[in-house]
Formats: sequence, C-alpha cells, structure tokens
Amino acid sequence: MKEITTRLLVIGGGPGGYVAAIRAGQLGVSTVLVETSELGGTCLTIGCIPSKAMIHAARQFEHAAQSAGGSPLGIRAGQPSIDITQTVQWKDGIVSRLTGGVGTLLRKAGVKVIKGWAQVQDGKTVTVQAKDGESMRVQCEHLLLATGSEPVELPMAPFGGAVVSSTELLSPVDLPRHLVVVGAGYIGLELGIAYRKLGADVTVVEAENTILPRYDAELTKPVLQSLKRHGITLHLDCSMEGHDERTGVHIRNAQADQIAIDADRVLVAVGRRPRSSGNGIESLQLRMDGHFIAVDDRCQTSMRSVWAIGDVTGEPMLAHRAMAQGVVVAEQIAGQNRRFQPLSIPAVCFTDPEIVTAGLSAAQAEDAGVDCIQGTFPFAANGRAMTLQSTAGFVRVIARRDNHLILGWQAVGQDVSELAAAFSQSMEMGAQLEDIAGTIHAHPTLGEAVQEAALQALGQALHI
Amino acid sequence: MGTYVIRIPDIGEGIAEVELVAWHVAAGDTVSEDQLVADVMTDKATVEIPCPVDGKVISLGGEVGQTLAVGAELLRLQVEGAGNLREGDDAAPSAAAAAPAQAASQTQSQAAPPPPAAAPDPEPAPKAEPAQQTASAEPHVPSSPTSATESERPPRQRVTPRRASERPLASPAVRRRALDLGIELRFVQGSGPAGRIMHEDLADFVARGGQLHAGGSGTGYEKRQGEQTIPVIGLRRMIARKMQHAKRQIPHFAYVEEVDVTELEKLRQTLNARHAGSRGKLTLLPFLVRAMVLALREFPQINARYDDEADVVTRFAAVHMGVATQTPNGLMVPVVQHAEALDLWSCAQGIAEVAAAARSGKASRDTLTGSTITITSLGPLGGIVSTPVINHPEVAIVGVNRMVERPMLQDGRVVPRLLMNLSSSFDHRVVDGMDAAQFIQSMRTRLETPALLFAE
Repeated sequence: MKEITTRLLVIGGGPGGYVAAIRAGQLGVSTVLVETSELGGTCLTIGCIPSKAMIHAARQFEHAAQSAGGSPLGIRAGQPSIDITQTVQWKDGIVSRLTGGVGTLLRKAGVKVIKGWAQVQDGKTVTVQAKDGESMRVQCEHLLLATGSEPVELPMAPFGGAVVSSTELLSPVDLPRHLVVVGAGYIGLELGIAYRKLGADVTVVEAENTILPRYDAELTKPVLQSLKRHGITLHLDCSMEGHDERTGVHIRNAQADQIAIDADRVLVAVGRRPRSSGNGIESLQLRMDGHFIAVDDRCQTSMRSVWAIGDVTGEPMLAHRAMAQGVVVAEQIAGQNRRFQPLSIPAVCFTDPEIVTAGLSAAQAEDAGVDCIQGTFPFAANGRAMTLQSTAGFVRVIARRDNHLILGWQAVGQDVSELAAAFSQSMEMGAQLEDIAGTIHAHPTLGEAVQEAALQALGQALHI
Repeated sequence: MGTYVIRIPDIGEGIAEVELVAWHVAAGDTVSEDQLVADVMTDKATVEIPCPVDGKVISLGGEVGQTLAVGAELLRLQVEGAGNLREGDDAAPSAAAAAPAQAASQTQSQAAPPPPAAAPDPEPAPKAEPAQQTASAEPHVPSSPTSATESERPPRQRVTPRRASERPLASPAVRRRALDLGIELRFVQGSGPAGRIMHEDLADFVARGGQLHAGGSGTGYEKRQGEQTIPVIGLRRMIARKMQHAKRQIPHFAYVEEVDVTELEKLRQTLNARHAGSRGKLTLLPFLVRAMVLALREFPQINARYDDEADVVTRFAAVHMGVATQTPNGLMVPVVQHAEALDLWSCAQGIAEVAAAARSGKASRDTLTGSTITITSLGPLGGIVSTPVINHPEVAIVGVNRMVERPMLQDGRVVPRLLMNLSSSFDHRVVDGMDAAQFIQSMRTRLETPALLFAE
C-alpha cells in the first residue's frame, strides 16, 4: 500500500475542511485533503448555494407569473413557463464554477486533494480508498475531522421513490404536482416556498405547534402570513405516520385524527445528523457531546492533535461557523495561538420574507440574567422597502440597559440577509446603541431600519 | 380647587424643631388621606407625618437633612374644595420653609413681607424670589423650598466595571493581537465605551509587563478609585452632635478594673438551667445592672445629671439605666426606667424591650430620655479595655469588656478563672477619682461574691 506522510490531514472538503486546508497551505503546512464526492461539501453542492439558486429562479418565475396577471407596476407580460431541466443546468453551472474554484484555490495553496473514502485507523493514521482504485495509507501529525452532516431519515418514510431529501429536490428532473414538506424548519420552508412559486401545490407538516420553532413568534409571523398568501397548506402539531405511493402521506394531528394527503413528492427535512461514525472516527474513542464530537474553544478533540470543525462538532450547523473554525485550526497547527470565540454567529433563513438573527434574542438575554432594552423598526416605515413592494417585517435590536452594549439583532423582511454583516460587525466591535444611532446609514436603503431600531431603543426614533 | 398646607405638627414636650429625614412623596404625586408623606426626627424619636386630605403635591417644604421649625410648611397640596390656605397667606411657604433653626419661626413667618404677587398662585415659580431673599439672609438653609427634581441630579454613570464572570469586550483585531501576545483579555481593563478593550489598553498592559491595570477588576489587589459623599443627617447627625458635645464639655477620666466573674457565671448558668423556660434566659447584663444599682446607693453623686450651665447637680433616688444599643441607623440609648425596682428577669425583659424598640425605630420619646447613668456592652466584641463617652448630662458610664478564661494563682495554685474588665468613664468636674474607684470596687465585690447582689 502506498504511504503518504503529511503534517495535516483533513477529512472532508466542505467549507470547514477546504478553508482549513487552504489556510494551512498558505502558512506552509504540508496538507492532504480527502473528499468522498465533490469539493465544497454540502454547502456548495447540495445545500446553501444550489438552494439559493433555486430560490432565485423561483422568485423570478413568480414575478413573471404576477406580471402575466397584470401587475400594479404596469408591467404586462405573457404567461411564463419554466424548463426545469435548464434551471437545474444553470444551477449546476454555478455549483461547478464554485467547486472548481475551490479546487484551484487548494492547488494554489499546495494542498494535495485525494478523492476517495477515508478510514481512520488511529489518531495519526488514515487509510484512503481512492476513487481511481488505488488505496493508500496517510500518516499525519495532525488530523482534522470535517466530515459534516447529512439529512435525518424518518423510519416510517425512508428516502427512496417519492420520498426525498433536500439533495434530490435541488436537482429535479420534473416539477411535482403536489409536494409535501415534512418539517417546517428553515430547509423545509425555503424549498417549500420555492416549489410553490414554481407552481407546485405545497403542504407543510410540522410536529411542533409553530413554524421555524427556533425563532420567536414575532419574527416568524411575516413568514406565516407569506405562506398563507402563497396558498401553502400548513399542518402544525401533526406527526408523520407514513407514506405509500398510492395513498400519499399519512399524518396524525393533535386530536389523533389520521389525515391522508395526496402527494407525488415528499421532502423530509426534519434535521441533520453529524457524520461522526462509520469511517473509523468512533474507534478513536473521542469524547462526544451527544452524536457530536466534543471540542474546546481551540477546536481540539479529547485526543491530542486530533481536531474537529463544522457540523460534526455541533450547532449551529452553519458553513460560516465551519470556515471560521477551519482558520482557527490551521493557524494553530502553523504555531499561532488562536481560539474560536465569536460573539456572534449570524443565522439566515432564506424564506420569503427572510429572517436573520445574530447574537442573543430578548428571551436568551433574559435567561442569562441581563437587564435589557430593545428597539424595533418596521419596514412599513422604510422608503426602500416600499419601493421593493415588500413592507412586511422589521429590524429589532437587544441591548444592555446599563451601558447600551448591543447583545443581539433580529430582522425579518425581504433581502434582510444582507443586514447580517452589519449586525455581526456591530457586536464583534462591541458597539453600543449610540454607535449605531450615530452612524449615517445610506438613504434609501433597508439598512436605515438598523439605525432606526437603535434610535428607537434609545427613545429617539425619528421616523416612527 | 384650593391649596392645602401641611405644617410641622407640635409634637409636644417643648420640641421646637424637627429634622426632615425622608420624603415619601414628590411634587406632582397624588396622595390620599392617611398616606405617609414624610419622616421627621425630633431629639430622638422618628415621627411619621400622615396626609390628612386627598390631593396632589404642589411643592415640598424642604430637603432631607434640613431642619424645620414646628409650624413651618412641610407640604403644599392642591385639593378639591377650599383648602386651608386663604388668599394673601401665600407668604407662608417660602418664609416658613426657610425659617432658621429657631423656635420663633411661627412669628417670623407671620412677620414675613407679603409676596410680590398677591395672587395665591400655586405654581412654584413666583415663590423663587422670596425664597432666595430669605435664603441669602439665612445661608444655612437650602436655597429653594421646592424639591430637587430627578433631572437636576447628575446622570447615572453608564460604564460599570466588568464583573469577573463577564466576558471581556474587544474587537476581533484586539482579540487576535492578545492571542498573539499570549495575553488573557480578562485580565485587561478596557478604557473604551462599555469597558471595551482598545489596542491602547493592550499596549499599556504589555508596557507594564502584564501588571494589572489600576482600577482593574477581577483581583483583590487593584488600586481603587472614587469616593462617596455621605450626608450626615438624621440620627447620625444627632449622634455626632451629642458625642462632640459630651467630649467637649466633659473632662472624662477612665478607670478600668478586672473582675473575677467565675462565681457569677456559675450562678447565671444555674439560674438559666432552672428558670430559662419559664422566665427567660439571663445574660450577664441584668447582674451588672443590679450591681450598679446597689453600688450607686453608696455613691449617689454618680447617679446624677449635671446641668453645667446652671451649675447644679441633680442626684436621683431612682436608677434610670441607659442601655447603649446599636441600631441599623446608629447608636441609641433607650432607657430602662426604675432599674432599682426590677429583679433580674424583669430587668432582662426591660432591656430586651427597650433595645428592640430602639432597633425597630419605634421607641417612644419616654423610652429614649431620662436616663441617670448608662451601661454599654459589646458582648463578645467587648475587647480588653474601652473608654466610653459619657451620655451627657449624666456623669458616669460603665463599659463591659469581654469575658475570658485565664489561669490565675489562687492559694499558690494555678486555677482557671473567668475574668472580665469593667471600663468606666466619669465626669471629673463632679466625680472625684476616689469616689469613682470606690464605686467600681463596690460593684466588683458584689460581682465576685454574687450573694451580695441579693443580701444588702
């Protein structure tokens, strides 16, 4: 068997793994990266990027369809149609440009990329069954586990046939007539709304009594209204009972009534689980945190020189968290003193309207025993929002009562995802309400609502 | 709508002035009948002033700490109906509130010149001018009778020092630099807004070789800044004045004697074992009071009050025992009346009652006056020796020090004995050293042979 010796071996070529490998390579650390499928991981190939592409396509199609009915803007257009195959090709083009870019970056940084299956032997030895048939043994000083996560399967409705995960829904060969989405989390709602805009009937089934259970009711209300406006059927407090091709999806509601929903495609989006076993990782006997690999603020596992980053290390399972962790690990291996201690890991939900949160919510701050004030500014009072035909939603800020230090931001509304930059930056810089209130925000932009929320918290709001 | 003025009531007993110690209302508040509006303090007692009518507070008659004469305006209310202030009486508030700390305030306020505007305007503005006029004539009095409003006070300080558990606040660049330098940011004090750690703070920290910042937190060794101004008002001012008066007027001399209380302590424990359930537990204090009562019969010049202005010493047949008592507000001396007529348990109960009354602030004036001699004891904190200050115009005070077990020589053998010091002070103007010494020795004899406490 071929032997390779390297300083750092990265298992997983997703956002965490490839960023760690690039940074390590830049710092002169000899690095090998093993990836089973495409570089870029879930995020680039079957997650963030393709879903945003499909959401964008759906939005364009919806606009065209609205114009066909005569829009208040005076636009008249014919009835649109969609060639979903071409849509998928367009999406795949973006994905391949990005994954190709990642490959180029890795090559430029001097990282050796091996496509194949990694099997961990011990903390310094990994065997790789390469796709081209060759198998090799890699000896490393440092092992970085960046294996990511995968969709959770429901035992009563296993993947296969009409029952699909988000992966299949992002590369459809045709559009379903009736899509049932199981799980009203961000993945289910993002794709559910997109498919509804593309013309499919959509029904959402959720076990809890609210959509997007991680967010507060005020934040999710505009999304709920949007679901209704789009004609998406919602079954809350309902559990999935099973599915068969002939009678569709069976659910049971809180009153124990069984309901059958006719469906020709079923998206199961009830969560993701870490890939922390099955490839020899369990043989390391690492300290675990549930199914996640437990790490400290240096991303060290319980075994010396074995590191872990990204979804496999816990919530929030977000690409930007994994990337930041990857840099922290690479720089430590290069001899620098680094820690992963962000004040804010923003989270975005690309529903229509979008939700973005950063830092603490009012409830979290209260649980932490912090005396807080908050300020809110609705987009209904924002000129730019009116010109975008989207006045639903608001920006909200949470700050300490005593020194006005900003602890958290939440926003809901069209395109508010771009506000995440301002939110996180204000918190990482230790901004007070007065800092934001005293910063000129360009007019007319949605960002004005950020300044106005801070002003409102200070009791100085100008436009409300 | 009428104006109703609440004046300082005549509390009796010749009290001419009171000190304002607390407001329970502010200008603009709506008050109802029987609601407490203010606390005032006389020589020793705190009196709560209730509101006799429903109304809305227009102005307050003074600030906390200010001395107001009996009859002076305490509060001005706007009430339904006529009120109790006639037109043309409006001079009263400013003049009365600004009245000097003299008994003659009533006459003064009546004699005050009429206000420039004759109309009984309840707004505070017209009052300002006469108030300032009187104030300039009486510089000891705060300038305006209207209350200080919240907005006049300096704003609350925003930046609070970081608690040990709180995460240090620093921008990502500062955090990265700290990691590069191997510095834990939680040891670095931030000078930025909200305690934010700036690049300069980090540089300072490094320049000092990683020493903690002056005023830093998280350690017991930081230099501390800031000062606190505490107004000496209310009971504290009373204590201060009494102490200063006593020390200035009275040439104290101290006398300390050691007393063997082994037998006394045995007796106390025996009595407690027999009677604690039915009669209550005894401390050493009632025994000491009893010893004083008996010794004072031999030395009546010590159970006395000296009016040094009239040059008269009044000796008392009764022993009204002042008991120095620590209260949440400060030292008070409630009085057990006729201690000579009390057995041990009645005395113990009497002490407990007056001390509890003083601590709860509910002591009546009778409870707080008329003592002829005072005893002061700090129990286990009594120390070895103290030099107590005489409770003027009394002429003597006996202090009780800590009881300790010590090896003593008795008949050539070392034996364990319980010993305790009595530290006393006397007014040398009217008590000679010989008399004082003999008085304490008389107490000592009785305490060392406790039977003498009961066999006269």
